[in-house]
Amino acid sequence: MSRSDLPALTIADLQSLLRRKEVSPREVLESLRARIEQVEPKIEAYLSIDFDAALKEAEKVDVNLPLGGVPIAVKDIINVAGQPCTCGSKILGNYRSPYDATVIERLRAMGAIPFGKTNMDEFAMGSSTENSSVKVTRNPWDLSRVPGGSSGGSAAAVAADAAFAGLGTDTGGSIRQPASLSGVVGVKPSYGRVSRFGLTAFASSLDQVGPLTKTVRDAAMIMKAMAGHDRHDSTSLPDPVPDYVNNLGRDLKGVRLGVPKEYRVEGIDPQVSSAVNAAIKQLESLGAEIVHLSLPHTDYGIAVYYFLATAEASANLARFDGVRYGYRAKDTKDLLDHYGRTREEGFGEEVKRRIILGTYVLSSGYYDAFYVRAQKVRELIRQDFVKAFEKCDAIVSPTSPEPAFKLGERTANPLAMYLADIFTNTANLAGICGISVPCGFAKVNGSQLPIGLQILAKPLDEPQIFQIAHAYEQSTDWHKAKPQIWTFG
Amino acid sequence: MAKGTDFDVGYVSKLARLNLTDEETRLFQKQLADVLKYAEKLREIDVGNVEAAAHGVPMFNVFREDEPCDWFTAEEALSNAPHKANQLFIVTKVVE
Repeated sequence: MSRSDLPALTIADLQSLLRRKEVSPREVLESLRARIEQVEPKIEAYLSIDFDAALKEAEKVDVNLPLGGVPIAVKDIINVAGQPCTCGSKILGNYRSPYDATVIERLRAMGAIPFGKTNMDEFAMGSSTENSSVKVTRNPWDLSRVPGGSSGGSAAAVAADAAFAGLGTDTGGSIRQPASLSGVVGVKPSYGRVSRFGLTAFASSLDQVGPLTKTVRDAAMIMKAMAGHDRHDSTSLPDPVPDYVNNLGRDLKGVRLGVPKEYRVEGIDPQVSSAVNAAIKQLESLGAEIVHLSLPHTDYGIAVYYFLATAEASANLARFDGVRYGYRAKDTKDLLDHYGRTREEGFGEEVKRRIILGTYVLSSGYYDAFYVRAQKVRELIRQDFVKAFEKCDAIVSPTSPEPAFKLGERTANPLAMYLADIFTNTANLAGICGISVPCGFAKVNGSQLPIGLQILAKPLDEPQIFQIAHAYEQSTDWHKAKPQIWTFG
Repeated sequence: MAKGTDFDVGYVSKLARLNLTDEETRLFQKQLADVLKYAEKLREIDVGNVEAAAHGVPMFNVFREDEPCDWFTAEEALSNAPHKANQLFIVTKVVE
Protein backbone atom coordinates (compact mmCIF):
# COMPACT_ATOMS: atom_id res chain seq x y z
CA MET A 1 0.00 0.00 0.00
CA SER A 2 1.29 3.45 -0.90
CA ARG A 3 1.59 6.04 1.87
CA SER A 4 -0.90 8.29 0.10
CA ASP A 5 -3.58 5.59 0.48
CA LEU A 6 -3.31 5.51 4.28
CA PRO A 7 -5.90 8.26 5.02
CA ALA A 8 -8.63 6.20 3.32
CA LEU A 9 -8.24 3.38 5.88
CA THR A 10 -10.61 2.65 8.72
CA ILE A 11 -9.22 2.88 12.24
CA ALA A 12 -9.39 -0.90 12.55
CA ASP A 13 -7.29 -1.41 9.37
CA LEU A 14 -4.89 1.39 10.25
CA GLN A 15 -4.26 -0.23 13.62
CA SER A 16 -3.26 -3.57 12.20
CA LEU A 17 -0.66 -1.82 10.00
CA LEU A 18 0.62 0.14 13.00
CA ARG A 19 0.84 -2.95 15.19
CA ARG A 20 2.67 -4.94 12.54
CA LYS A 21 5.07 -1.96 12.30
CA GLU A 22 4.35 -1.61 8.59
CA VAL A 23 3.78 2.09 9.19
CA SER A 24 4.79 4.35 12.05
CA PRO A 25 2.50 6.82 13.81
CA ARG A 26 4.65 9.58 12.28
CA GLU A 27 4.07 8.27 8.76
CA VAL A 28 0.34 8.11 9.45
CA LEU A 29 0.33 11.75 10.51
CA GLU A 30 2.45 12.81 7.51
CA SER A 31 0.11 11.03 5.10
CA LEU A 32 -2.89 12.63 6.78
CA ARG A 33 -1.24 16.04 6.55
CA ALA A 34 -0.71 15.56 2.79
CA ARG A 35 -4.35 14.53 2.34
CA ILE A 36 -5.59 17.52 4.33
CA GLU A 37 -3.43 19.87 2.23
CA GLN A 38 -4.98 18.36 -0.88
CA VAL A 39 -8.68 18.56 0.07
CA GLU A 40 -8.89 21.29 2.70
CA PRO A 41 -8.88 24.19 0.19
CA LYS A 42 -12.11 22.71 -1.20
CA ILE A 43 -14.00 21.53 1.89
CA GLU A 44 -12.57 23.81 4.65
CA ALA A 45 -13.38 21.44 7.49
CA TYR A 46 -10.70 22.56 9.96
CA LEU A 47 -10.41 25.64 12.14
CA SER A 48 -6.95 24.83 13.53
CA ILE A 49 -4.39 22.05 13.22
CA ASP A 50 -1.36 21.44 15.43
CA PHE A 51 0.80 18.86 13.66
CA ASP A 52 3.91 19.73 15.64
CA ALA A 53 2.28 18.80 18.93
CA ALA A 54 0.77 15.71 17.27
CA LEU A 55 4.15 14.58 15.89
CA LYS A 56 5.67 14.84 19.37
CA GLU A 57 2.92 12.62 20.73
CA ALA A 58 3.37 10.23 17.82
CA GLU A 59 7.03 9.70 18.79
CA LYS A 60 6.15 8.24 22.19
CA VAL A 61 2.74 6.64 21.58
CA ASP A 62 2.24 2.92 22.31
CA VAL A 63 0.64 1.42 19.17
CA ASN A 64 -0.64 -1.55 21.17
CA LEU A 65 -3.12 0.62 23.05
CA PRO A 66 -6.76 0.33 21.82
CA LEU A 67 -6.40 3.52 19.73
CA GLY A 68 -2.59 3.67 19.72
CA GLY A 69 -1.31 6.13 17.09
CA VAL A 70 -4.74 7.00 15.66
CA PRO A 71 -5.11 10.74 14.88
CA ILE A 72 -8.52 12.14 15.81
CA ALA A 73 -10.19 15.39 14.71
CA VAL A 74 -12.12 17.23 17.41
CA LYS A 75 -15.09 19.56 17.07
CA ASP A 76 -13.97 23.00 18.18
CA ILE A 77 -16.33 23.03 21.19
CA ILE A 78 -14.36 20.34 23.10
CA ASN A 79 -11.34 21.52 25.06
CA VAL A 80 -7.92 20.13 24.07
CA ALA A 81 -5.11 21.52 26.25
CA GLY A 82 -3.01 24.14 24.49
CA GLN A 83 -5.22 24.25 21.39
CA PRO A 84 -7.78 26.92 20.46
CA CYS A 85 -11.43 26.27 21.34
CA THR A 86 -13.40 28.91 19.44
CA CYS A 87 -16.80 27.18 19.34
CA GLY A 88 -16.95 28.73 15.86
CA SER A 89 -17.52 32.10 17.56
CA LYS A 90 -15.79 35.45 17.39
CA ILE A 91 -16.34 35.79 21.15
CA LEU A 92 -13.78 32.97 21.71
CA GLY A 93 -11.55 33.92 18.78
CA ASN A 94 -8.37 34.10 20.88
CA TYR A 95 -9.24 31.44 23.45
CA ARG A 96 -6.76 28.64 24.21
CA SER A 97 -7.85 25.69 26.35
CA PRO A 98 -5.92 25.43 29.62
CA TYR A 99 -7.07 21.81 30.09
CA ASP A 100 -8.26 18.62 28.39
CA ALA A 101 -11.92 17.64 28.37
CA THR A 102 -12.49 14.23 30.02
CA VAL A 103 -13.17 12.65 26.61
CA ILE A 104 -9.80 13.93 25.35
CA GLU A 105 -8.00 12.72 28.48
CA ARG A 106 -9.54 9.25 27.94
CA LEU A 107 -8.79 9.12 24.22
CA ARG A 108 -5.18 10.14 24.89
CA ALA A 109 -4.89 7.42 27.54
CA MET A 110 -5.98 4.93 24.85
CA GLY A 111 -3.26 6.22 22.49
CA ALA A 112 -5.34 8.50 20.23
CA ILE A 113 -3.76 11.75 19.02
CA PRO A 114 -6.07 14.80 18.89
CA PHE A 115 -4.39 16.90 16.19
CA GLY A 116 -6.93 19.42 14.92
CA LYS A 117 -10.17 21.24 15.63
CA THR A 118 -13.08 21.17 13.21
CA ASN A 119 -15.55 23.77 12.03
CA MET A 120 -19.07 23.99 13.43
CA ASP A 121 -22.14 26.18 13.72
CA GLU A 122 -21.41 28.81 16.35
CA PHE A 123 -21.89 27.20 19.80
CA ALA A 124 -23.37 24.17 17.97
CA MET A 125 -26.49 26.15 17.01
CA GLY A 126 -27.42 25.11 13.51
CA SER A 127 -27.91 22.27 11.05
CA SER A 128 -25.60 23.32 8.22
CA THR A 129 -22.31 24.66 9.72
CA GLU A 130 -23.11 27.93 7.93
CA ASN A 131 -23.45 29.67 11.32
CA SER A 132 -19.68 29.42 11.90
CA SER A 133 -18.24 32.91 12.34
CA VAL A 134 -15.03 31.72 10.67
CA LYS A 135 -15.81 29.97 7.40
CA VAL A 136 -18.18 27.81 5.41
CA THR A 137 -17.53 24.06 5.22
CA ARG A 138 -18.62 22.28 2.05
CA ASN A 139 -20.05 18.82 1.54
CA PRO A 140 -17.38 16.57 -0.04
CA TRP A 141 -20.09 14.91 -2.18
CA ASP A 142 -21.14 18.21 -3.74
CA LEU A 143 -19.19 21.36 -2.91
CA SER A 144 -22.21 23.60 -3.53
CA ARG A 145 -24.02 21.94 -0.62
CA VAL A 146 -23.85 21.97 3.19
CA PRO A 147 -22.20 19.11 5.10
CA GLY A 148 -24.98 19.29 7.71
CA GLY A 149 -24.40 20.54 11.21
CA SER A 150 -23.57 21.51 13.70
CA SER A 151 -20.68 18.99 13.65
CA GLY A 152 -20.23 19.62 9.90
CA GLY A 153 -16.45 20.03 10.03
CA SER A 154 -15.88 16.60 11.59
CA ALA A 155 -18.41 14.99 9.20
CA ALA A 156 -16.86 16.55 6.08
CA ALA A 157 -13.30 15.73 7.21
CA VAL A 158 -14.14 12.05 7.78
CA ALA A 159 -16.11 11.84 4.49
CA ALA A 160 -13.16 13.32 2.57
CA ASP A 161 -10.58 11.04 4.25
CA ALA A 162 -9.13 14.16 5.86
CA ALA A 163 -9.62 12.50 9.27
CA PHE A 164 -9.69 8.87 10.41
CA ALA A 165 -12.41 9.82 12.86
CA GLY A 166 -13.89 12.95 14.36
CA LEU A 167 -15.61 13.92 17.57
CA GLY A 168 -18.87 15.82 17.44
CA THR A 169 -21.58 16.88 19.83
CA ASP A 170 -25.29 16.16 19.47
CA THR A 171 -27.88 18.36 21.19
CA GLY A 172 -30.75 17.88 18.71
CA GLY A 173 -29.13 15.88 15.92
CA SER A 174 -25.80 17.66 15.44
CA ILE A 175 -23.84 14.39 15.03
CA ARG A 176 -26.41 12.18 13.28
CA GLN A 177 -27.65 14.77 10.75
CA PRO A 178 -24.20 15.79 9.39
CA ALA A 179 -23.19 12.11 9.39
CA SER A 180 -26.26 11.42 7.24
CA LEU A 181 -25.70 14.35 4.87
CA SER A 182 -21.97 13.61 4.50
CA GLY A 183 -22.24 9.82 4.21
CA VAL A 184 -20.48 8.71 7.40
CA VAL A 185 -21.42 6.96 10.65
CA GLY A 186 -22.41 9.16 13.61
CA VAL A 187 -23.41 8.20 17.16
CA LYS A 188 -25.35 10.12 19.76
CA PRO A 189 -24.77 8.29 23.04
CA SER A 190 -27.46 8.00 25.72
CA TYR A 191 -27.60 11.05 27.93
CA GLY A 192 -25.02 10.60 30.69
CA ARG A 193 -23.07 7.86 28.93
CA VAL A 194 -20.18 10.18 27.95
CA SER A 195 -18.79 12.92 30.19
CA ARG A 196 -19.59 16.50 29.24
CA PHE A 197 -16.72 17.91 31.33
CA GLY A 198 -14.66 20.16 29.07
CA LEU A 199 -17.41 20.46 26.48
CA THR A 200 -18.58 24.06 26.20
CA ALA A 201 -22.23 23.81 27.24
CA PHE A 202 -25.05 24.65 24.81
CA ALA A 203 -28.08 22.87 26.36
CA SER A 204 -26.84 20.91 29.36
CA SER A 205 -29.77 18.48 29.61
CA LEU A 206 -29.45 17.50 25.93
CA ASP A 207 -25.74 17.70 24.97
CA GLN A 208 -23.68 14.53 24.38
CA VAL A 209 -20.25 13.98 22.79
CA GLY A 210 -20.00 11.19 20.21
CA PRO A 211 -17.92 9.88 17.30
CA LEU A 212 -18.16 10.39 13.52
CA THR A 213 -16.39 7.59 11.67
CA LYS A 214 -16.13 5.62 8.43
CA THR A 215 -17.58 2.41 9.90
CA VAL A 216 -19.73 1.23 12.79
CA ARG A 217 -16.79 -0.74 14.21
CA ASP A 218 -14.66 2.42 14.36
CA ALA A 219 -17.47 4.26 16.16
CA ALA A 220 -17.74 1.42 18.69
CA MET A 221 -13.98 1.58 19.31
CA ILE A 222 -14.09 5.31 20.06
CA MET A 223 -17.19 4.97 22.23
CA LYS A 224 -15.53 2.22 24.24
CA ALA A 225 -12.60 4.54 24.93
CA MET A 226 -14.73 7.58 25.85
CA ALA A 227 -17.77 6.29 27.72
CA GLY A 228 -18.12 5.88 31.47
CA HIS A 229 -18.61 7.71 34.71
CA ASP A 230 -16.71 10.92 35.42
CA ARG A 231 -16.64 12.51 38.85
CA HIS A 232 -16.39 15.92 37.12
CA ASP A 233 -19.83 15.50 35.49
CA SER A 234 -22.66 14.91 37.97
CA THR A 235 -24.98 13.83 35.12
CA SER A 236 -22.65 11.06 33.94
CA LEU A 237 -24.03 7.59 34.67
CA PRO A 238 -22.20 5.12 36.93
CA ASP A 239 -23.24 2.04 34.90
CA PRO A 240 -20.36 -0.13 33.62
CA VAL A 241 -19.42 0.28 29.94
CA PRO A 242 -20.10 -2.84 27.84
CA ASP A 243 -17.56 -4.02 25.28
CA TYR A 244 -19.13 -2.38 22.24
CA VAL A 245 -16.50 -3.80 19.86
CA ASN A 246 -16.45 -7.46 20.82
CA ASN A 247 -20.25 -7.62 20.81
CA LEU A 248 -20.35 -6.82 17.08
CA GLY A 249 -21.12 -9.52 14.55
CA ARG A 250 -24.13 -11.24 16.09
CA ASP A 251 -27.00 -11.79 13.65
CA LEU A 252 -30.36 -10.04 13.86
CA LYS A 253 -32.58 -13.07 14.41
CA GLY A 254 -35.39 -12.12 16.76
CA VAL A 255 -34.44 -8.43 16.90
CA ARG A 256 -37.65 -6.38 16.83
CA LEU A 257 -37.43 -3.15 14.85
CA GLY A 258 -40.08 -0.49 15.42
CA VAL A 259 -41.34 1.67 12.57
CA PRO A 260 -43.33 4.61 14.01
CA LYS A 261 -46.26 5.74 11.90
CA GLU A 262 -45.60 9.39 12.88
CA TYR A 263 -42.28 9.25 11.00
CA ARG A 264 -44.09 8.83 7.69
CA VAL A 265 -44.76 12.55 7.45
CA GLU A 266 -45.23 14.69 4.39
CA GLY A 267 -42.21 16.52 3.11
CA ILE A 268 -39.80 13.59 3.23
CA ASP A 269 -37.77 13.47 0.04
CA PRO A 270 -39.06 10.48 -1.99
CA GLN A 271 -35.52 9.22 -2.60
CA VAL A 272 -34.89 9.28 1.17
CA SER A 273 -38.13 7.34 1.80
CA SER A 274 -37.31 4.69 -0.76
CA ALA A 275 -33.72 4.25 0.49
CA VAL A 276 -34.93 3.88 4.08
CA ASN A 277 -37.71 1.47 3.07
CA ALA A 278 -35.14 -0.62 1.19
CA ALA A 279 -32.89 -0.57 4.28
CA ILE A 280 -35.78 -1.81 6.45
CA LYS A 281 -36.37 -4.68 3.95
CA GLN A 282 -32.68 -5.46 4.10
CA LEU A 283 -32.79 -5.59 7.92
CA GLU A 284 -35.78 -7.94 7.67
CA SER A 285 -33.83 -10.20 5.34
CA LEU A 286 -31.10 -10.31 8.00
CA GLY A 287 -33.60 -11.74 10.48
CA ALA A 288 -35.14 -8.68 12.11
CA GLU A 289 -38.89 -8.51 12.72
CA ILE A 290 -40.74 -5.30 11.88
CA VAL A 291 -43.14 -3.90 14.48
CA HIS A 292 -45.44 -1.02 13.54
CA LEU A 293 -45.95 1.35 16.43
CA SER A 294 -46.81 4.88 17.43
CA LEU A 295 -44.90 7.74 19.07
CA PRO A 296 -47.94 10.02 19.47
CA HIS A 297 -46.13 13.17 20.66
CA THR A 298 -43.53 13.25 17.89
CA ASP A 299 -45.11 16.28 16.24
CA TYR A 300 -44.41 18.41 19.35
CA GLY A 301 -40.70 17.61 19.43
CA ILE A 302 -39.41 20.64 17.54
CA ALA A 303 -41.45 23.11 19.61
CA VAL A 304 -40.38 21.50 22.91
CA TYR A 305 -36.80 21.33 21.75
CA TYR A 306 -36.57 24.98 20.72
CA PHE A 307 -38.02 26.18 24.03
CA LEU A 308 -35.85 23.99 26.25
CA ALA A 309 -32.63 24.20 24.23
CA THR A 310 -32.80 27.99 23.89
CA ALA A 311 -33.73 28.43 27.58
CA GLU A 312 -30.71 26.38 28.65
CA ALA A 313 -28.51 28.13 26.10
CA SER A 314 -29.51 31.59 27.31
CA ALA A 315 -28.38 30.60 30.81
CA ASN A 316 -25.22 28.78 29.69
CA LEU A 317 -24.09 31.59 27.38
CA ALA A 318 -24.40 34.15 30.18
CA ARG A 319 -20.81 33.17 31.04
CA PHE A 320 -19.56 34.98 27.92
CA ASP A 321 -19.34 38.40 29.49
CA GLY A 322 -15.88 39.59 28.43
CA VAL A 323 -14.39 39.37 31.93
CA ARG A 324 -12.48 36.09 32.38
CA TYR A 325 -11.91 35.05 28.78
CA GLY A 326 -12.91 35.86 25.25
CA TYR A 327 -13.69 39.01 23.35
CA ARG A 328 -14.30 42.29 25.17
CA ALA A 329 -15.78 45.45 23.61
CA LYS A 330 -13.53 48.51 23.62
CA ASP A 331 -14.05 51.71 25.62
CA THR A 332 -17.14 50.67 27.53
CA LYS A 333 -18.55 53.32 29.85
CA ASP A 334 -20.11 51.13 32.54
CA LEU A 335 -20.81 47.47 33.31
CA LEU A 336 -24.14 47.25 31.43
CA ASP A 337 -22.52 48.84 28.40
CA HIS A 338 -19.62 46.36 28.78
CA TYR A 339 -21.94 43.31 28.81
CA GLY A 340 -24.36 44.57 26.17
CA ARG A 341 -21.71 45.58 23.61
CA THR A 342 -19.30 42.69 24.28
CA ARG A 343 -22.10 40.24 23.55
CA GLU A 344 -23.48 42.28 20.63
CA GLU A 345 -20.07 42.35 18.94
CA GLY A 346 -18.99 38.84 19.96
CA PHE A 347 -22.03 36.68 19.10
CA GLY A 348 -23.35 35.89 15.63
CA GLU A 349 -26.94 36.19 14.45
CA GLU A 350 -28.28 32.70 15.22
CA VAL A 351 -26.76 32.71 18.72
CA LYS A 352 -28.38 36.08 19.44
CA ARG A 353 -31.71 34.85 18.10
CA ARG A 354 -31.62 31.84 20.43
CA ILE A 355 -30.49 33.83 23.47
CA ILE A 356 -33.46 36.15 22.91
CA LEU A 357 -35.94 33.28 22.54
CA GLY A 358 -34.49 31.44 25.55
CA THR A 359 -34.49 34.53 27.75
CA TYR A 360 -38.11 35.20 26.80
CA VAL A 361 -39.13 31.62 27.58
CA LEU A 362 -37.56 31.92 31.06
CA SER A 363 -38.76 35.44 31.80
CA SER A 364 -41.23 36.29 34.54
CA GLY A 365 -44.81 35.66 33.46
CA TYR A 366 -43.86 33.26 30.66
CA TYR A 367 -41.81 30.65 32.54
CA ASP A 368 -44.78 28.41 33.40
CA ALA A 369 -46.55 28.91 30.10
CA PHE A 370 -43.52 28.10 27.95
CA TYR A 371 -40.67 26.48 29.86
CA VAL A 372 -42.56 24.30 32.35
CA ARG A 373 -45.16 23.28 29.76
CA ALA A 374 -42.36 22.27 27.37
CA GLN A 375 -40.75 20.20 30.14
CA LYS A 376 -44.05 18.41 30.68
CA VAL A 377 -44.45 17.64 27.01
CA ARG A 378 -40.83 16.45 27.10
CA GLU A 379 -41.90 13.91 29.71
CA LEU A 380 -44.73 12.74 27.40
CA ILE A 381 -42.21 12.32 24.56
CA ARG A 382 -39.95 10.32 26.88
CA GLN A 383 -42.88 8.10 27.90
CA ASP A 384 -43.71 7.52 24.20
CA PHE A 385 -40.27 5.93 23.82
CA VAL A 386 -40.52 3.95 27.08
CA LYS A 387 -43.76 2.40 25.80
CA ALA A 388 -42.37 1.85 22.30
CA PHE A 389 -39.32 0.01 23.66
CA GLU A 390 -41.65 -2.45 25.41
CA LYS A 391 -42.71 -3.56 21.93
CA CYS A 392 -39.40 -3.34 20.07
CA ASP A 393 -35.62 -3.40 20.59
CA ALA A 394 -34.84 -0.46 18.33
CA ILE A 395 -36.61 2.13 16.18
CA VAL A 396 -35.62 2.82 12.57
CA SER A 397 -36.26 5.99 10.56
CA PRO A 398 -34.56 8.37 8.16
CA THR A 399 -31.93 10.47 9.98
CA SER A 400 -32.82 13.58 7.99
CA PRO A 401 -35.97 14.15 5.90
CA GLU A 402 -33.83 15.12 2.91
CA PRO A 403 -30.31 14.92 1.54
CA ALA A 404 -27.82 17.81 1.75
CA PHE A 405 -29.32 21.16 0.78
CA LYS A 406 -27.61 24.01 -1.07
CA LEU A 407 -25.40 26.49 0.77
CA GLY A 408 -27.40 29.63 1.57
CA GLU A 409 -30.75 27.99 0.84
CA ARG A 410 -32.07 28.05 4.43
CA THR A 411 -30.17 30.83 6.16
CA ALA A 412 -32.97 33.39 5.79
CA ASN A 413 -35.60 31.10 7.31
CA PRO A 414 -34.69 29.85 10.81
CA LEU A 415 -37.89 27.81 11.20
CA ALA A 416 -37.20 25.83 8.00
CA MET A 417 -33.68 25.14 9.31
CA TYR A 418 -35.08 24.00 12.67
CA LEU A 419 -37.35 21.48 10.90
CA ALA A 420 -34.25 19.68 9.58
CA ASP A 421 -34.09 18.04 13.03
CA ILE A 422 -37.57 16.43 13.11
CA PHE A 423 -36.31 12.83 13.28
CA THR A 424 -33.36 13.47 15.56
CA ASN A 425 -34.22 15.83 18.39
CA THR A 426 -36.78 13.67 20.23
CA ALA A 427 -33.91 11.26 21.02
CA ASN A 428 -32.14 14.07 22.89
CA LEU A 429 -35.33 15.03 24.71
CA ALA A 430 -35.84 11.40 25.78
CA GLY A 431 -32.16 10.74 26.63
CA ILE A 432 -32.01 7.66 24.39
CA CYS A 433 -29.12 6.65 22.09
CA GLY A 434 -29.01 6.77 18.31
CA ILE A 435 -26.81 6.13 15.31
CA SER A 436 -26.87 7.22 11.67
CA VAL A 437 -25.43 4.81 9.13
CA PRO A 438 -25.18 5.32 5.33
CA CYS A 439 -28.08 3.62 3.49
CA GLY A 440 -27.93 4.89 -0.07
CA PHE A 441 -27.72 7.91 -2.34
CA ALA A 442 -30.13 10.42 -3.81
CA LYS A 443 -29.41 11.57 -7.34
CA VAL A 444 -29.96 15.32 -7.53
CA ASN A 445 -28.87 17.37 -10.56
CA GLY A 446 -26.03 15.02 -11.39
CA SER A 447 -24.77 14.79 -7.80
CA GLN A 448 -24.84 11.69 -5.62
CA LEU A 449 -25.96 12.75 -2.16
CA PRO A 450 -25.70 10.38 0.82
CA ILE A 451 -28.77 9.22 2.77
CA GLY A 452 -28.63 8.06 6.39
CA LEU A 453 -30.62 5.44 8.30
CA GLN A 454 -31.25 6.30 11.94
CA ILE A 455 -31.45 3.53 14.55
CA LEU A 456 -32.59 4.46 18.07
CA ALA A 457 -32.55 2.36 21.24
CA LYS A 458 -33.37 2.84 24.90
CA PRO A 459 -30.97 4.56 27.31
CA LEU A 460 -27.66 2.66 27.69
CA ASP A 461 -28.56 0.21 24.92
CA GLU A 462 -25.66 1.29 22.67
CA PRO A 463 -24.72 -2.39 22.11
CA GLN A 464 -28.09 -2.78 20.34
CA ILE A 465 -27.62 0.11 17.89
CA PHE A 466 -24.03 -0.91 17.18
CA GLN A 467 -25.07 -4.49 16.52
CA ILE A 468 -27.95 -3.58 14.17
CA ALA A 469 -26.00 -0.86 12.34
CA HIS A 470 -22.97 -3.15 11.94
CA ALA A 471 -25.04 -6.04 10.58
CA TYR A 472 -26.73 -3.67 8.11
CA GLU A 473 -23.48 -1.99 7.08
CA GLN A 474 -21.66 -5.27 6.52
CA SER A 475 -24.48 -6.51 4.27
CA THR A 476 -24.28 -3.41 2.03
CA ASP A 477 -21.58 -1.46 0.15
CA TRP A 478 -22.74 2.08 0.95
CA HIS A 479 -19.93 2.70 3.44
CA LYS A 480 -17.31 1.84 0.80
CA ALA A 481 -18.34 4.66 -1.57
CA LYS A 482 -16.03 7.69 -1.60
CA PRO A 483 -16.74 11.23 -2.84
CA GLN A 484 -14.79 12.30 -5.94
CA ILE A 485 -13.81 15.70 -4.60
CA TRP A 486 -11.49 16.66 -7.45
CA THR A 487 -14.30 16.57 -10.01
CA PHE A 488 -16.10 19.47 -8.32
CA GLY A 489 -15.41 23.18 -7.88
CA MET B 1 -49.92 30.10 26.96
CA ALA B 2 -49.10 33.68 26.08
CA LYS B 3 -49.50 34.87 22.53
CA GLY B 4 -46.53 35.77 20.36
CA THR B 5 -47.81 39.35 20.25
CA ASP B 6 -46.69 39.93 23.87
CA PHE B 7 -43.20 39.28 22.69
CA ASP B 8 -40.98 42.41 22.74
CA VAL B 9 -37.46 41.80 21.49
CA GLY B 10 -36.24 45.18 22.72
CA TYR B 11 -37.25 44.41 26.31
CA VAL B 12 -35.92 40.84 26.24
CA SER B 13 -32.55 42.00 24.88
CA LYS B 14 -32.14 44.15 28.01
CA LEU B 15 -32.85 41.13 30.23
CA ALA B 16 -30.29 39.14 28.22
CA ARG B 17 -27.61 41.87 28.49
CA LEU B 18 -27.36 41.67 24.72
CA ASN B 19 -27.49 44.85 22.64
CA LEU B 20 -29.12 44.49 19.24
CA THR B 21 -29.10 46.76 16.22
CA ASP B 22 -32.45 48.15 15.03
CA GLU B 23 -32.29 45.83 12.07
CA GLU B 24 -31.66 42.75 14.28
CA THR B 25 -34.52 43.81 16.56
CA ARG B 26 -36.94 44.05 13.61
CA LEU B 27 -35.72 40.78 12.08
CA PHE B 28 -35.88 38.76 15.33
CA GLN B 29 -39.28 40.24 16.20
CA LYS B 30 -40.69 38.80 12.99
CA GLN B 31 -38.77 35.50 12.87
CA LEU B 32 -39.29 34.60 16.53
CA ALA B 33 -42.99 35.54 16.34
CA ASP B 34 -43.17 32.86 13.61
CA VAL B 35 -41.41 30.35 15.88
CA LEU B 36 -43.75 31.20 18.78
CA LYS B 37 -46.75 30.80 16.48
CA TYR B 38 -45.45 27.40 15.40
CA ALA B 39 -44.98 26.44 19.07
CA GLU B 40 -48.58 27.32 19.94
CA LYS B 41 -49.37 23.69 19.14
CA LEU B 42 -48.06 22.87 22.64
CA ARG B 43 -51.29 24.40 23.97
CA GLU B 44 -53.27 21.52 22.43
CA ILE B 45 -51.92 19.00 24.93
CA ASP B 46 -53.39 18.29 28.34
CA VAL B 47 -50.42 18.30 30.70
CA GLY B 48 -52.45 18.49 33.92
CA ASN B 49 -51.11 15.29 35.48
CA VAL B 50 -47.67 15.26 33.91
CA GLU B 51 -44.54 15.91 35.90
CA ALA B 52 -42.01 18.26 34.27
CA ALA B 53 -38.88 16.45 33.06
CA ALA B 54 -35.63 18.31 33.58
CA HIS B 55 -33.66 15.43 32.05
CA GLY B 56 -34.41 12.53 29.74
CA VAL B 57 -32.73 10.17 32.20
CA PRO B 58 -33.90 11.10 35.70
CA MET B 59 -31.12 11.44 38.27
CA PHE B 60 -31.39 12.78 41.78
CA ASN B 61 -29.06 13.77 44.60
CA VAL B 62 -25.67 13.08 43.05
CA PHE B 63 -22.94 13.37 45.66
CA ARG B 64 -19.22 12.84 45.70
CA GLU B 65 -16.46 13.19 48.26
CA ASP B 66 -15.28 16.77 48.65
CA GLU B 67 -11.60 16.11 48.09
CA PRO B 68 -9.17 18.92 47.40
CA CYS B 69 -7.01 18.49 44.28
CA ASP B 70 -4.62 20.52 42.16
CA TRP B 71 -6.34 22.73 39.64
CA PHE B 72 -5.50 25.89 37.73
CA THR B 73 -2.78 28.16 39.00
CA ALA B 74 -3.66 31.86 39.06
CA GLU B 75 -1.55 32.26 35.94
CA GLU B 76 -3.49 29.56 34.07
CA ALA B 77 -6.82 30.95 35.23
CA LEU B 78 -5.80 34.36 33.90
CA SER B 79 -4.28 33.03 30.68
CA ASN B 80 -7.30 33.97 28.55
CA ALA B 81 -8.23 37.20 30.35
CA PRO B 82 -8.94 40.10 27.98
CA HIS B 83 -7.54 42.51 30.58
CA LYS B 84 -5.53 41.63 33.68
CA ALA B 85 -3.07 43.12 36.16
CA ASN B 86 -1.53 42.10 39.50
CA GLN B 87 -2.97 38.57 39.14
CA LEU B 88 -6.48 39.98 38.88
CA PHE B 89 -9.15 40.33 36.18
CA ILE B 90 -9.65 43.99 35.35
CA VAL B 91 -13.24 45.01 34.61
CA THR B 92 -15.06 48.19 33.66
CA LYS B 93 -15.65 50.43 36.68
CA VAL B 94 -18.58 49.07 38.70
CA VAL B 95 -18.91 51.62 41.55
CA GLU B 96 -18.85 55.40 41.36
